[in-house]
Amino acid sequence: MSSGTSARPGGPGKLHELTAHEAQALLSAREVSARELTRAVLDRIREVDGAVRAYLTVTEEVALRQAEEADERLARGEGEPLTGVPVALKDVLSTRGVRTTCGSRMLEDFVPPYDAHVVGRLREAGAVLVGKTNMDEFAMGSSVEHSAFFPTHNPWALERVPGGSSGGSAAAVAAGETIVALGSDTGGSIRQPASLCGVVGLKPTYGRVSRFGLVAFASSLDQIGPLTKDVRDCALMMNVIAGHDERDATSAPLDVPDFTEALAGPPRADGLRVGVVQEYVPDDLDPAVRGVFDAAVGELERLGAEVEWGVSLPSTPHALACYYIIAPSEASANLARYDGVKYGYSYQDGESMWDNMEKTRQYGFGEEVKRRIMLGTYALSAGYYDAYYLKAQQVRTLIRREFEEAFERFDVLLGLVSPTPAFRLGEKVDDPFQMYLSDIFTLPINIAGVPGVSVPAGFVDGAEGERLPVGIQLIARPFDEATLLRAAYAYEQATPWHEQRAEVQDD
Amino acid sequence: MSLTREQVLHIARLARVGVSEGDVAKFQEQLSEILEHFEALRRLDTEGVPPTSHPLPLESVMRSDVVRESLPRDEVLANAPLADEHAFRVRAVLEE
Repeated sequence: MSSGTSARPGGPGKLHELTAHEAQALLSAREVSARELTRAVLDRIREVDGAVRAYLTVTEEVALRQAEEADERLARGEGEPLTGVPVALKDVLSTRGVRTTCGSRMLEDFVPPYDAHVVGRLREAGAVLVGKTNMDEFAMGSSVEHSAFFPTHNPWALERVPGGSSGGSAAAVAAGETIVALGSDTGGSIRQPASLCGVVGLKPTYGRVSRFGLVAFASSLDQIGPLTKDVRDCALMMNVIAGHDERDATSAPLDVPDFTEALAGPPRADGLRVGVVQEYVPDDLDPAVRGVFDAAVGELERLGAEVEWGVSLPSTPHALACYYIIAPSEASANLARYDGVKYGYSYQDGESMWDNMEKTRQYGFGEEVKRRIMLGTYALSAGYYDAYYLKAQQVRTLIRREFEEAFERFDVLLGLVSPTPAFRLGEKVDDPFQMYLSDIFTLPINIAGVPGVSVPAGFVDGAEGERLPVGIQLIARPFDEATLLRAAYAYEQATPWHEQRAEVQDD
Repeated sequence: MSLTREQVLHIARLARVGVSEGDVAKFQEQLSEILEHFEALRRLDTEGVPPTSHPLPLESVMRSDVVRESLPRDEVLANAPLADEHAFRVRAVLEE
């Protein structure tokens, strides 16, 4: 198996390779219909998803119906930027009438009676739902190998993981199996797969996007965000999904800017104060990955940024433990709802009500989910609460303060997204702690609640000569996604990486 | 920090997760290893540092108490493993 590249000299070739803003231009000029575009994406899914396996559910019927409605709307001149644009949703987002599994046997047959807030917003905008994407069970994992159904393959190197937990969404965007996608990010679950699949992935500020209808994992860390082929698409998606929603008490009652305005003017970074976080670019990095990072810093300097190396966030080494106490603790409470009574898998042949409940959870949950429920239950249990959970919350304060101090001096912080490019399927799945380490540069951002974006920054060679994408991570102050996107856009426009498309060759 | 077999069984009971003999051995080993990595955190001096439970400094949020439509009962009950016409069915909690 190998995967090649199709650069796109002179612009888009095939419809499924379009960005949303390119598609929007063709749709509103009526040069392409939403139905043609949707058909092209569905054909692409048929062509490559046998090899990539990005989707748990393809909603062909829904998609073609919504495409027709979009065409009628476009014909009336009432189109919005995403009207008629195919979108894929991570299967953690509730979709009314469309099965939502969360990658778990527990919810294998669950059909939500309501839409997540972001799903409602996309429907109103006239986007076309093409399917629900694969993920690690309950978003717990960094490779999609913890999906209860099947793993997803990296479109750039099919024997490697796409990253996770939003790996299905990242792979679908990278393989042209959708135009744009949504994922969720609790400790890096949008940014890490975006980096490993060579697409743009944004985790907004905690509270920027309503979590209503997002299946809960760790409620003080979870955020929904876009995975797209470029930064402009990311801004378009944010314009639709961001904003206050009274059904999520933690969604921030703040005005939302037009994020595409942040991209106006020449794509420069003049005067932008950038701090390179030394803990996110450690000395023992693979030299090829370091080379990609150094080149990216050079590019930002050429664009006018004032870059300072060696900025330290000294509590970073404690972030992993802090995260793996807080997230499983919250998960152990959130996942208490899966009791086999209201919905989901239910074991019925036990000796008692309690026996049924315990067996429902024994057989309905996969190993990683049970491991985290156990870990969180332990951290919250009598006698250990102060030593683990309270301690982790105090360290959370230290981590947050270090970001606040850094943002007094810098507009944007910069580091890698992940210490390595895509690893091989099976390489880490039996060693939970090794798997946890793939998120060491991303989870501090969730702990602090600030926004972060992964932007494609080049490729390194794999052992079999594969081209493996590498992403850089930009981080900004709370609710300053505009600065984040502007910086990401300037870098992206000066580099060719967002123009690369994975061909997906399954020999 | 290593967990005993009894501790693993106790946690499983608290979490209401059934475990096989093999699970117990595996969780005992894996959870102990993970807890080992938490030791440095436990030794960190955090005297006087207030805990952060939530990244946003939001006040407690109240919405106005207005009557609104609830979810359609049929659609909700359609997902229930056991239901009668109007309700979820559960096995008796107190049994002989």
